[in-house]
Formats: sequence, C-alpha cells, structure tokens
Amino acid sequence: MDLALTVNGREVRAAIEPHELLLDFLRDRLGLTGAKRSCDVQVCGTCTVLVEGQPVSACTYLAADAQGRRVLTIEGFAQSPEFERFEEAFLRHAALQCGYCTPGLLLTIKSLRDSGELASEADIRHGLDGNLCRCTGYRSILEAARELAA
Amino acid sequence: MTVLERPRLTEVGVSRPRKDGREKLSGQAQYVGDMEVAGMLHGKVLRSPVAHAGIESINVSAALELDGVAAVLTGSDLDDIEPYYGHAIKDRPIIALDRVRFAGEPVAAVAALDEATAEAAVRAIQVEYEELPVLGTLEQALASDAPRLHDRRPELGLFHGLGELGEQRGNVCYLHTIVGGDIERARAEAEITVEGTYTFPAVYQYAMETHATIAHHHGDAVTLWANCQHPFLVQAEIADLFGLEVGSVRIMVPYLGGGFGSKSYTKMEPLTVALARKAGRPVRIVNRVEESMVTTRRHGMRCWMRTMADRDGTLLAREVHFWLDTGAYADNGPRVTATAADAAPGPYRFEAAEVQGYCVYCNTPPSGSYRAFGATHLQWIGELQVDEVAHRAGVDPLELRRRCLLVPGEPVRPDGSGKPLDADLIGDVERVAAAVGWDGPRRAWVGRGVSVGLLAAGAHPVSRASVRLSADGSVDVYVGTTELGQGPRTVMAQIAAEELGLSSELVRVHGADTRFTPYDRSTGASRSTTIAGLAVKRAADAVGERLRETASELWDVDPTLVELVGGQAVVSGEEISLPDLIAKRFGFRGGEIIEGGEVRPTGGDTGSYAEGPYFWEVCVAGAEVEVEPETGVINVLRTATIADVGKAINPQLVERQDEGATLQGIGNALFEEMRLVDGLVTNDNLLEYRIPRLSDLPQRMRSIIVENEDGPGPYGAKGCGEGAFAAVPAAIACALADAGVPMRELPLTPERVWRRIQELAGQPQREDQSHD
Repeated sequence: MDLALTVNGREVRAAIEPHELLLDFLRDRLGLTGAKRSCDVQVCGTCTVLVEGQPVSACTYLAADAQGRRVLTIEGFAQSPEFERFEEAFLRHAALQCGYCTPGLLLTIKSLRDSGELASEADIRHGLDGNLCRCTGYRSILEAARELAA
Repeated sequence: MTVLERPRLTEVGVSRPRKDGREKLSGQAQYVGDMEVAGMLHGKVLRSPVAHAGIESINVSAALELDGVAAVLTGSDLDDIEPYYGHAIKDRPIIALDRVRFAGEPVAAVAALDEATAEAAVRAIQVEYEELPVLGTLEQALASDAPRLHDRRPELGLFHGLGELGEQRGNVCYLHTIVGGDIERARAEAEITVEGTYTFPAVYQYAMETHATIAHHHGDAVTLWANCQHPFLVQAEIADLFGLEVGSVRIMVPYLGGGFGSKSYTKMEPLTVALARKAGRPVRIVNRVEESMVTTRRHGMRCWMRTMADRDGTLLAREVHFWLDTGAYADNGPRVTATAADAAPGPYRFEAAEVQGYCVYCNTPPSGSYRAFGATHLQWIGELQVDEVAHRAGVDPLELRRRCLLVPGEPVRPDGSGKPLDADLIGDVERVAAAVGWDGPRRAWVGRGVSVGLLAAGAHPVSRASVRLSADGSVDVYVGTTELGQGPRTVMAQIAAEELGLSSELVRVHGADTRFTPYDRSTGASRSTTIAGLAVKRAADAVGERLRETASELWDVDPTLVELVGGQAVVSGEEISLPDLIAKRFGFRGGEIIEGGEVRPTGGDTGSYAEGPYFWEVCVAGAEVEVEPETGVINVLRTATIADVGKAINPQLVERQDEGATLQGIGNALFEEMRLVDGLVTNDNLLEYRIPRLSDLPQRMRSIIVENEDGPGPYGAKGCGEGAFAAVPAAIACALADAGVPMRELPLTPERVWRRIQELAGQPQREDQSHD
C-alpha cells in the first residue's frame, strides 16, 4: 500500500506492507535509528515516537496508521530550539547512562509538557511510569523532569 | 619538618558531565542493532521448543527454497572444526549437534536478505525430536538416578581462572569448597544456632538492548561488530573455535545499551560467525527479548545455612551448602559459584566456617554473570541469620555487627588465604543505619534492616591503554573498556586530563577496536576505573614525561621542576602552551606524543582465584520497609547504600551506579523471577517479567560515598556499582523480618508475604512482632 506522512517536518511517501510496523519503517526505511527496539510488547517505552504530538510505542503501531499524520522522532526533536533545555537538564542531573531508553523518555516528557500534563509531581510520576530504564534508578530522571516541568 | 603539599586535583573528584551525553540524548549514538555493513544479511535462529531431546532429523529444504534465503546453518556444517566453546568449560556446541539440552537452544540458523524472510525460513525448517527426561530443577538434576547431561570429558576453557577442574560427578559441573577452623568445636560450643533452607530465583538481567552481533568471515579473518563487554576474550575464543590467528579476528564495540554481566564473555558471537561463514557474507543477528532471556540469566539457587554463636550473640561459626542451577552449559557458573562461596561466610570474625558450593547442570537456559553475582545470592541469607542471632541474644543487630565485623587487615577467607580486608565496614554500616533512622521510633508493620557483605570482585589486573597527545593539544585515549552506561569514557577522560594538567573537554575516549585498542582483560567485576583507569593514568603520566623532557630542554631546567597545569608546561617565570611545546619538540606544527600504560600482576595480585580479589568490593545497605498485612505488599520507605570507592573520580556517576543498583536490588528482592516449568520459561516477555518502574523508587534513596583512598586504583580508587546490588535485597529482607515477617524465599511477592503472615499468625507470637 502507499503511505504518505510527515516525518520530522518532511513529507515522506513509500510503498509499504500493510502489516509493517512504524518502528521498522522509521529504522529500516528512513534510517532513523534513534527509536530503539526492546520489549516489542509496548511495555518499555524505548521505541516511543510522537504521532500528532501523542506518544506511541512504534513497536506495536502500524506504519499504515500514521497515514497523513505528523511523526516526530528524536532526530527531529533534537533539531528544535526547545531541545537544548532538555539536553541541559539531562546532562546536569546525569539522567542517562547507557542511553538506550533516553530518546523515548525525552519524547515522552516533551509530549507531557506540550499537553500540560507535566504540571505536578503526581503528573510526572504517572506520566513517566511507562518508560523503563534499567541503569539510572530513576531518581535523576525524576529530577530532570521536574526541572523541565518548572 | 617538611610538609609535602599535595597538588589539588582539578579534574578528578569533579562531577563532569558525561562525554557521551549529547550523542546519546540526540539519538545519534550507534548501537550494534543500528549498524549496517555493505552486503549484510539478516540472521534468525531456530530455537528448540523442548528442554531435552535428541535430534532425529532436520529438514531445511523448504527453507532453502524461499526467495531471499542465502544460507541455512545446522550442526552438520561444523564438521571441520572442534565446535565446542565456553570460557570456563568448553561444554557448549555453537549450535545443537545431535541433542538439545535446553528450551531455546539454537538448532538451526538462517541468513536472508531481510528479517521477515529469515523468519519465514526458520518457520519452514522441520525438526524431529526424540524427547528425553527433563531435569528442570536442581532436585531432578541431583537425583541419584538422573541421566548425565554432559558425557564428554570436561575440557577447561581459555579463561577458567579457577585452577584445576575437579572430577565432575553426575550433573555437578563444579564444586567449590572453603574450609577453615574447627567446625566440630564450634558446634559443641555454640549456644545459639540458627539454620534454614532458602531459595533464590532465576533472574533476567534485561539489558534493554538485547544481544546483537554483525559478523563477517572472509578468508582467514573474521570481523565482528558486537555488543560484548569483554572484546579481547571474545576475540581469543573466536580465534580458538575457528582456527584463526588471534590478531586476524577483529572486534569493534560501539555503545552498549546496558550489560550488567549479560554481555560478558562469549554469547551470540560464535553462532553469528558460523552463519556468516556459511553464507560467505556479513550477517547480523539481533536477539528479541525472549531470545536474550534464554541466552543468559542469573542462577537460581537453593541454600542451606547454619550460623552458630555463643550466648551473648558473638558469632562463632557458619556452615553453608548451596546449589546453583547453571543451566545446560557452564557459562560463568564456576566463577559465580566461587564468588558465592566467598560471600557465604560474610565478613565476620568466625572461628570456623565450612562452605560447599555446587554448580549444577540442568535442562534450563544457561546462567552466567549478573551484577554482584554470588554476593547477591548469599548476603540476604547470612544477614537474616545474623539478625536472628542478635534477636535471640537480645542484642541490637547493629551492635552485634560492630562487635563481630572484620576490621581492616584481618583475613577475610576462613582459610586465611587471599587479600585481607581493605575497607572500614563498621564505619560503613553505621552510616547506613543512621540514614534509615535506626534508633527512631517504630510503627507496627514497619521494619529496618542493615546488611554488610563483601564481593570478591574477579578483577584481573591486566590492562593496557595508550594516550595520544596531538599537535593541537587535544588528547585521544585508547582503552578497551566497554561503555555500557557506567561512564568510563567520562572517567578515563578525567584521569588523562588530570595527569596532563588540561581540561577533560579536550580528551576523546573511544570504543574498543581490537585491531588498534590496547589489550584490556574485560569490562566487569567493577574493574574498569581501578585497573584500566590505572593503565590510562600511567599512559598519561608517560606522555607528561615526554612533555617535561621537551620543556626541560627548552629552558635548560631539571624536568622534575616542570609542572603541567592549565594546558601549559610551567616552571617559575616560564610557561608554554602544549601545542607550542609539541611544535618545539618536532620543529613544526605536527607530530604527536603517544605512550602506553600497563597494569599486570606483580606478585601476589594476579587476580587468580587463589590469591583472592584485587580488592574486596563493599556491599553495605540499609532499608526501611512497611508491609501491608492485608495484602502482603511491601513499600520500600527508605534505602541507603554505601559506595566505598576509595576515591570518587566522578561523584555523580558513582551515585548513579548505586541508584541503579538499588533499583535492580529492589526488583530482585520484591518481584523479579523467571518462572521455569519443566525447563520452559513461562514468562519470557516484559508483560509478565516485571522490572522496576519509576513508581518503585523508594520514598527516600540515599547513596553515601565513602572516600578512604584505600583502593589499588588511581588516586586510591576501587570499584563500585555492584556492592549495593548485593546489599539492598539483604537489607530489605532483614527489614521485613524486623517488621515481623521473616522470609526464606525471594522474591518477596505479595502472595508469599501474605501467606507467611497467615502462617505466623497461627504460631505463638515472636516478641518482636509486637511493635509500639
């Protein structure tokens, strides 16, 4: 089937399989490898990208469902002026180690922030509970998110 | 009297931001699964659905007929090599030959133009199995009539490291015994005896990036891109397996998405190389989670322990027997067994101790390294018994530890061998006790615990590094340490910068490429900062020597008077920038200074098992927990851990290590468990295998850094990041016992805890169950 969508502000057209996953489409066809594969069952949050500003797990989201929609990956977000604040907050708190979960986490925080769902401590704890991190122990991520919420 | 003024450190001890931070945050950091090489095929593995069977036949013809399939590998393709590997014991074929010993064992592998085709081909392969009795548990494997899982004569692997391999009896792959003192006398003297049988579950490391390898076998050479922690050991094993020269095997290691031991030693590399050899083209294999779960895991364990004390609680002796389920192949089981045996007595002044650790083959997925192995298995058991002794003697558990813990200089091993204690454990445990409010008032169903242990970090003192100062004054550090999140690229840059008197911003640290990077034994056992860091320091020192030499020629002064500070060479009244100094040395703006640094055994510190660890990694934590009696749910209120690091090169990274270890410890203590039924992992996905989330963060979590500069590494540093893992489950189990619920099985799931509460309610109340 033919797919037309916007990825990181650029229009993309491709002939895809109807069952193709958005994660494979981004990684294999577009070379956007910032979204990582891990659990494959929408638990870990590592493959999170934004579709129309909403976080989705690209490992269980059909590329076909992104038809006509705007997709933002970490590569696109990193080009925006807003990214610098995120970068500085995460660096200051050393809120990353291996870095594998980091792109998904940054996009989740961005989405929460844009939709006003990062206002309270409870928001942060609830909003980030779906992004696993095996390295950091979360405290530093929480602190970086608090800083970005302020 | 002359007081030697110690130069102030400007880079070391400072929390510099991560060198790899921006690359990782922007999604640019490359992991093996992100990489493609020209002509690369995609590999998929057919894994056995049964835990124990003979292979009657394999029919691959339907798979080969599919468009896009380049090669199908089975055991019959390995007739020209000796296909067994294993760094400890060479007991594992690259791919099942005529028998499968665990569910998940590779039986065939396909290389195809894309992953979907490879998957379809794997499904088209037909295998006939003749099922054999499954030894799915330790009890089944140890039964007197159990069939032997390995009938080949055991052959030592290249990196056994434990001396001679004893005779293997039945399914016992390795036996480790430690005996010291007169246990009979202690038994006769003891007035308090605590004993019991305990269970520790199989656990999955879950590095979020699964095992991934790209291999190319071309002519008499192999090139690998692999997410391995120990590239130089993998290089040697691959060369050995495929009959190649070590130097013709090249391994490049990009960033790793976590390791925690799961990527130590050799994992998916031999199979990927064999498939690439068959296909004649590069092949990439990236595991899915369910495949990595059966690639390696933490050993499940049964343990019987008895602790003996005199009437006032003073510890006299301990006896320990434990059995580790190492799965179908040894992997790192022997070392895990030895390390567990070292952790079994606990760091107490015993008159006698006897430890027997059995590493047992079962028809279960192979077990290997996971952060703080051995110590995590044993510490919670030993510390529960110490608390029980204190309870029976009517002594405060903290006071009993003050009385009986070893002090620096005392022998740690009951037989007196190995390195004596090199840390202030009493000071450490007092700090965590204070941090969890030890003497504060107690509410009902709230308990506090402290735990103390030692991890015999198997940190082999073999590392080389080189430091290269370019003409522009920037620096490259070549060191084989793998960056798996723990931060060596940052720490090594700080060490080199400190020695050269320049900013770490000018230093680049690279991933390992065995063709160019100097040898480093491994990334594990908390050895990187201590040992590889020392090699980097020596290399940077040597570069500094060349600079001083040039400056002394320039100014006609003694080189020892030249200081390197602020990116300049300085003597009183003279200063010159490093780029200008290098230009003086070579007569133009070019050239470079490149020097090596080495750490090797110098007598008594070979890192061999017998000589004991290079340093004892300290495992100390405290916890305060609340249990909900109606549900059995445990809430972790407070944790405190000790990072007894000698010297924190980057304090923020040290804290992150212990915070990460704390959460992994909470997961292991409270809910992580691979549920094995007849050898099958019944929860092989992240929906059913739960790891800690943000909401599992304790209400308060403290990481306390202790810097006594008593380590063998640079600036007195020693390893960290594992100890807290062993200590946290122990502190939680002790805190739960203090709250009135002593448990003998991990994880402490609500159901288990609730059942125990019901069971205890039916028994006469223990004094400590009534709280005010």
